[in-house]
Amino acid sequence: MQEQIILRNKIAKGDFSRGGETSSNLKEILRKLGIKSDINRRVTIVTYEMEMNIIIHSLGGEITVYISSEQIRVVAEDLGPGIDDLERAFQPGYSTAADYVRDMGFGAGMGLNNIRHYSDQLEVETGKGQKTKFTAVIYL
Amino acid sequence: MKLVDIISLIDLEPLVVIDDPDYQIETVCGCDLMSDVLAFSQEKTMLLTGLTNPQVIRTAEMTDIKFIIFVRGKRPPKETIDLAKEKGINLYLSPLSMFECCGRLYKAGLGSETMRSID
Repeated sequence: MQEQIILRNKIAKGDFSRGGETSSNLKEILRKLGIKSDINRRVTIVTYEMEMNIIIHSLGGEITVYISSEQIRVVAEDLGPGIDDLERAFQPGYSTAADYVRDMGFGAGMGLNNIRHYSDQLEVETGKGQKTKFTAVIYL
Repeated sequence: MKLVDIISLIDLEPLVVIDDPDYQIETVCGCDLMSDVLAFSQEKTMLLTGLTNPQVIRTAEMTDIKFIIFVRGKRPPKETIDLAKEKGINLYLSPLSMFECCGRLYKAGLGSETMRSID
């Protein structure tokens, strides 16, 4: 099967009330496509972490999910402001989230680590003052 | 342990009931950090938390957790309850502290999850 788009959603900066809607829609789409529950779980956790990162840390962005017979590819692109120190951002426990975000249970410093853990392949393009693009691949 | 036994053990008030009281709970996760839940939780676990916002339901949904207990008597807002109903997630409220809930459940034989190591 040639790769095709199964979901594309815009994510607004600071839109906590809709946080998780995109990942929830994706979970339902994958269920309808007959994707195994453990794969579905990994893909939606990766997407949810990316979705919340766009809401918490970026100026807004978009998530696109592709599927082929071999893999699912989740692409999260935002409008900036970029990750200053990527190596540090992946360290468990490190977070730049504000207190009000932590009060909601986020900003525990496990988000990027989770994305890497549940992905089979991960690419990150970012830099201070730049847009950020995460591409995660999960094999079927 | 059966859900019905947990209900009496930690004085649970039902808020959203989807599954049968005979449902078997295998492990428990006590946590207020949603990324930690996403990092470490297995399915078929029961989440104990002091957080009541709708993101708790979203986190449970992504990790296939079907039971959430709000501790310290903190009643969740309407949007949290509505989302749980929509997503088929059971909600209960305990007047006890997180420590007391975990202590009673552990003493009664419920174990914690097997945690993955951090990459």
